[in-house]
Amino acid sequence: MRNPQLNDKGELQHLLSIEGLPREMLTHILDTATSFVGVTAREVKKVPLLRGKSVFNLFFEPSTRTRTTFEIAAKRLSADVINLNIAVSSHTKGETLLDTVDNLSAMHADMFVVRHAQSGAPHLIASHVASHLHVVNAGDGRHAHPTQGLLDLYTIRHYKKDFTRLSVAIVGDVLHSRVARSLIHALTVMGTPDLRVIGPMTLIPAGAEKLGVRVYYDLQQGLRDVDVVVMLRLQSERMRGALLPSAQEFFKYYGLTPEKLALAKPDAIVMHPGPMNRGVEIDSAVADGAQAVILPQVTFGIAVRMAVMSILAGN
Amino acid sequence: MKIHIKNGRLIDPANDIDTQADLFVAAGKVAAVGKAPGGFSANRVINAAGLVVCPGLIDLSARLREPGFEYKATLESELLAAAAGGVTSLACPPDTEPALDEPGLVEMLKHRAKTLNLAHVYPIGALTIGLAGEQLTEMAELRDAGCVGFSHADVPLRDNQVLWRALQYAATFGFRVWLRPQDGYLAKDGVAHDGEVATRLGLAGIPSFAETIAIAAIVELMRATGARVHLCRLSTREGVDMVRAAKRDGLPISCDIGIHHAHLSEMDLGYFDAHCHLQPPLRSARDRDALRQGLKDGTIDALCSDHTPVDEDSKLLPFAESEAGATGLELLLPLTLKWALEMKVPLAQALARITQQPARILGLDAGHLSEGHTADVCVFDAERYSKVSAAALKSQGKNTPFLGIELPGKVRYTLLQGQIVYDAGNG
Repeated sequence: MRNPQLNDKGELQHLLSIEGLPREMLTHILDTATSFVGVTAREVKKVPLLRGKSVFNLFFEPSTRTRTTFEIAAKRLSADVINLNIAVSSHTKGETLLDTVDNLSAMHADMFVVRHAQSGAPHLIASHVASHLHVVNAGDGRHAHPTQGLLDLYTIRHYKKDFTRLSVAIVGDVLHSRVARSLIHALTVMGTPDLRVIGPMTLIPAGAEKLGVRVYYDLQQGLRDVDVVVMLRLQSERMRGALLPSAQEFFKYYGLTPEKLALAKPDAIVMHPGPMNRGVEIDSAVADGAQAVILPQVTFGIAVRMAVMSILAGN
Repeated sequence: MKIHIKNGRLIDPANDIDTQADLFVAAGKVAAVGKAPGGFSANRVINAAGLVVCPGLIDLSARLREPGFEYKATLESELLAAAAGGVTSLACPPDTEPALDEPGLVEMLKHRAKTLNLAHVYPIGALTIGLAGEQLTEMAELRDAGCVGFSHADVPLRDNQVLWRALQYAATFGFRVWLRPQDGYLAKDGVAHDGEVATRLGLAGIPSFAETIAIAAIVELMRATGARVHLCRLSTREGVDMVRAAKRDGLPISCDIGIHHAHLSEMDLGYFDAHCHLQPPLRSARDRDALRQGLKDGTIDALCSDHTPVDEDSKLLPFAESEAGATGLELLLPLTLKWALEMKVPLAQALARITQQPARILGLDAGHLSEGHTADVCVFDAERYSKVSAAALKSQGKNTPFLGIELPGKVRYTLLQGQIVYDAGNG
C-alpha cells in the first residue's frame, strides 16, 4: 500500500501523519525550519515562496492558536490566506465534507490546512482532491497532528541536539491525544531509545507498547532521569464520563509540580502543546519556570509550518 | 420446463455426494440424479462439463434494505445479485425502517419477494418492537407470517432482563433466537477492534471482551431458559473457544461468521479504508486465523455474506462517520472457495457451510438435491478467476474491500424451483 502522503517520486505531496515518513525527510523539514527562524526575527518578515498561492484554512473544529500560527506562517511565505470555520457554517446546513472541499477547490485553492474532529478526515480529503492540491493535517481526531509533532521535534533538537541519547516522557491523556501519537512516531523515527508514556490506565490506549513506548502508571517512576517532559492537555470533558473522577485527583497524581519535576534530569525541559490548564496537568511554578520551553515551542511552530508549506509547494 | 444438466461434477454435501453425475429437473423439482427418468425429454440442456453442480446457496444474512432504505438498495437489485451469486435462499435481518416487528410488514416482504421470484426470502423477525429493546414482539404471529427466527440485528439489546424474557418466550414456542454477541455498553462509540491499529489510527475501539462477555451472558441465559440460540458473526478467537465449550456441554447453540472476517483483519484498514468499516470490527490476524480454523473444524457452522449494500455517499466520510457494512451476496461463493483453497478444505465440506448447514439453522428442508425435492441449483466454474469490479456487481451496493481483487469461482447458472433465474451467458 503506497503511503498516501507521497507522490510518485517519493516526495511529500501532503502532510497527513508523521508515521511512515523517513528520517531524512523529517530532518529536511527541521533544517528548512531553521532557515525560517531567521525570517521570523527580521524587520520585514516575508519571503516570496508562496506568492500567488492560495492557502485555505479549513477548520471543522474550533481552534484559535493552531489556525493563527498556520495563518502567520502562510502570510510570511506571501500566500493569500482564507480562513473558514466550517464548524459553524456549511456543515450545519447538511453539506458533506467532500462537497465543501469540492466547492473550495473550485475557488482555485492550492493548499488546504485541515482540522477535523474525526480521525482520518484529512486522508479522505487528500484522496479526493486534484493532484496539484496539497493537504496539511492540522489535527484530526485522536489520530495525528504532524506539524505539532514536528515543532516538538524541532524544540527537542534545539535544546538537546542528539535524539539518540534521550529519555522522553509524555504525560497525561495519551488515549485522546493526536499530539502524543505524532510525537511518538517522530521520536521513534529519529531513534530516541527511551520513550515513555505516563497516565492512569483509563487514558492509555490499548496496545500502546506496539507504538514503541514504555507505559508507566506512576508519574514519579516515569519521570525519573528523563531529559524531556511533554505534558498533554487534559480536556475538561474527560471528567464527565468514567475516565477520571476529578481534575483535583488528576493533578494530585499526574500534575507536574516542581517536586515531581525534580525527579527528572536537572537540565530537563518541559513542553506543552497548549492551551495549558494550570492546576490540572501543570503547576504554574513549572509552566512559568526556568525549565519550561512552552513559549519557544510556539515561535518554532511558525517556522516549522513555513517549512512544511514551502516544501509542499515546491513538490 | 425440463432441464438436463449434464457432465457436471455433482456435489450435494447433505447426501454425501461428490461425483460426476447428470441432474434432471422437471416441474420445479429434482426429477433424477444420474440416470434420466423414463420418458424424460429436456427442453433445455445445460452442458456443465468442467463445472460444479450443487444446491443453491443459502445465505444466513442479507440486507435487502426494504422497507425504508430504498436509496441504498431495493428488493429487485439485491435479489438479482443473489441470483448472480448462486444464492437461492436468504435470511434477511429485521433492521429495516420500520423494523420487521409486525406480521403485515413480513407478509408484504414475502409477497414482494415471491412476485420477483429470484430467490426465497426468509425474514428474521424483530425480537423487540422497533428493536428498541423493551417490549417483545408478537413472535408467534410473526412466525405465522413467515419469520423463521428472531433477532436484534446489530442493534444493541442492553437490558439482560429483556433478553432473558425474550429467550423464555421464544423457548416456549421452540423458536430459534439469533443474537449478535456484543455488549452494547462496552462497544459504545467504537468503530474498530481495540488494538494496535485503532490505537495507531486514533479510532475508538471495541474490545474483544465486548463479544465474550455477551456470549457468556447468552450461554447462561440459554442454560436457564433452554432457548435455542444462533450466534451471528463471531469475530474473536476467545468467542470461538466459548462456542466450542458450549457445544461440548450439549447446548442447542450454533454460530456463523461473515465472509470478510474469514479473510481480513484490522491491518486491512490501511489508511482509514471505509470499505473495511464492518460490524463486528475486523479483529487481529490471530482472531481471523481462529475463525478460519473454527469454520474448518465445524465449531462455526456456517459462513454468510452479511450482505449490506451501502450507498457511495455513506462511505465517502471519515472512517468513524461512514456507515458500516459491505456488499456480499455475489462474493459469498468466491470467498468460500478462497477460504477452502487456502485451508485445504475439500470442496464438498466447504459447500456444506453455505448450503446444508445454513438450511439446518433456518430449519428448512433445503440445501440438498434429493430426488423429488425443490430444484434450487447453482452451477459454477470453480477454476475460473475474475476480478471484483463495481461494474460487474449486480447489487446496488458496490462497497467491498475486495474491489480489484481476483477471486475464484464464477456462477454460470442459478435455478430457482427448476427455473433458470441467472444465466451468465458467455461472460
